[in-house]
Amino acid sequence: MRKTLAIFEKEMRHFFYSPIAYIVIALFAVITGVFFYLYLSSFVQAMIMDMIRSQQFRATPQKFNVNLQLIRPYFWNLALISLFVLPLVTMRLYSEEKKNGTVELLYTSPLTITNIVLGKFLAGLFFYIIMLIPTMLFMGLLFVYGNPEFLPVVSGYLGLILLGGAFIAGGLFISSLTENQIIAAIGGFGLALLLWVIGWAANFAGPGMASVLNYLSVINHFEDFAQGVIDTQHIAFYLLFMTLGVYLTMRSVESIKWRA
Amino acid sequence: MIQVNALTKYYGEKAAIDGVTFQVQKGEVLGLLGPNGAGKTTTMRILTCYMPPTSGDATIAGFNIWDEPMEIKRRLGYLPENPPLYTDLRVSEYLEFVAKIKEVPKDRIPSAISSAVEKAGLTDVVNKVIGHLSKGYKQRVGLAQALLNDPDVLILDEPTVGLDPRQIIEIRELIKALGGEHTVILSTHILPEVEMTCGRVVIINEGKVVAQDTPDGLTQRLKGTERIILEVKADGQQMEPIFSRFPQITRFQLEDSKNGVQKYVVETTEDIRNELAKAVVQNNIDLFELHSESLSLEEIFLHLTTKEEVA
Repeated sequence: MRKTLAIFEKEMRHFFYSPIAYIVIALFAVITGVFFYLYLSSFVQAMIMDMIRSQQFRATPQKFNVNLQLIRPYFWNLALISLFVLPLVTMRLYSEEKKNGTVELLYTSPLTITNIVLGKFLAGLFFYIIMLIPTMLFMGLLFVYGNPEFLPVVSGYLGLILLGGAFIAGGLFISSLTENQIIAAIGGFGLALLLWVIGWAANFAGPGMASVLNYLSVINHFEDFAQGVIDTQHIAFYLLFMTLGVYLTMRSVESIKWRA
Repeated sequence: MIQVNALTKYYGEKAAIDGVTFQVQKGEVLGLLGPNGAGKTTTMRILTCYMPPTSGDATIAGFNIWDEPMEIKRRLGYLPENPPLYTDLRVSEYLEFVAKIKEVPKDRIPSAISSAVEKAGLTDVVNKVIGHLSKGYKQRVGLAQALLNDPDVLILDEPTVGLDPRQIIEIRELIKALGGEHTVILSTHILPEVEMTCGRVVIINEGKVVAQDTPDGLTQRLKGTERIILEVKADGQQMEPIFSRFPQITRFQLEDSKNGVQKYVVETTEDIRNELAKAVVQNNIDLFELHSESLSLEEIFLHLTTKEEVA
């Protein structure tokens, strides 16, 4: 545990001592900020339009729900932006160690492969949570100027963190396969995108295959969280996915050792 | 302390090392000598449990590399060929990280770091970012890293590469001082280094151990090839018929010729100084100098690793 923590701590240092962390955090904050502004503006515009219309036609104004019409689509948006940005977080997690030869230090120290891989995975996940903080501030604005329901927001973030964890585990696995960071980034992005769109393919598959593809699609399991439903089935899916990613990374690390 | 038994490692079809066997006693400094690509690094990587051999085994500090690699790693300090450094960390942060993963007890970390820093001569740069250090300092950080857990066994892959002459001397002194308390294996292709620091030498060529002995012992063993320096006042080809009379002479060469004094280097299979002197004088040639010269380790190395001349 202490050794896993040492790896975790080292990875966090790498993030914040290099410009990549700040660029990624800034990029994520700006993009999600712009989207938040656009979603909020169109929500407000729709509301004003409805108000004008209702006054003109003396009709009762529609019910507008911030959770349903603003927060929920925004969570989907955050999930999509995460898909694009997370490969930048995971690309160097393993490949850099391979390139710099620091794996020689790790593999000749009394560390287990679990120590190494778990420490790196947790560092990636923690970094992602830091990335999400600005978006929480945006959400906070909604609570200052309105009164949305709180728990759906919590479930949405839980879903985001689980989804991000799945992307990070996959990205870490890709990163462990290569010593080239660019290949790791492209591979991680490709894998995440593939797992995202696989549910779409379900529309064109036979009934048996369709349910398999739907289950595999990482984004299908996110839907409930964005709606404010916490279903253990989906939590189990993401946890399983992360375990699989971490497990595959460990096996790939081990196999490289034997091949060397 | 270290027993290496018929280690063999194949990379695909090619054997990087083939049946490497040697022993190292506790407190000994062993030099692993060989040309580039001889299998020194491969041997070291196997001993440090970085990768497993194809066959054969090794025991370090009583633990087998197959069965208890963790126990070996706990007692090991390893400086790879390229020091494994995180260039974005400060020296102190890096050493703290290494101390943690090497299971240095928490309360002993500060003292372990300061002692390693002192031994490696890093006091001035502790708070500098590793990436900003010169090659020599980076090498020392790598060395400090290997010393952190006060290891029983130190494995150093070319520890003096990239250092300036003064630093090289310092590091060699340090390695010498480490022997006795620690068991050290170091690889190098710099021969004076072996002569100065190592108690024993294992010469590896093309993955095989071609000789192992003390530096002096190696020199002794190759006394089979005696070398005689001969200076005579002779002209032209006068000496050649005399040399050809001795079957023991394997090779002779005119090294220098000044004011009619010729200097020959003669290689023989046994000491024939007396007979050679007699022969020279009997032919009415003035003899200026005649002495035997022992082969340097450098030449022994070449003898052993150059195919045609392997004895």
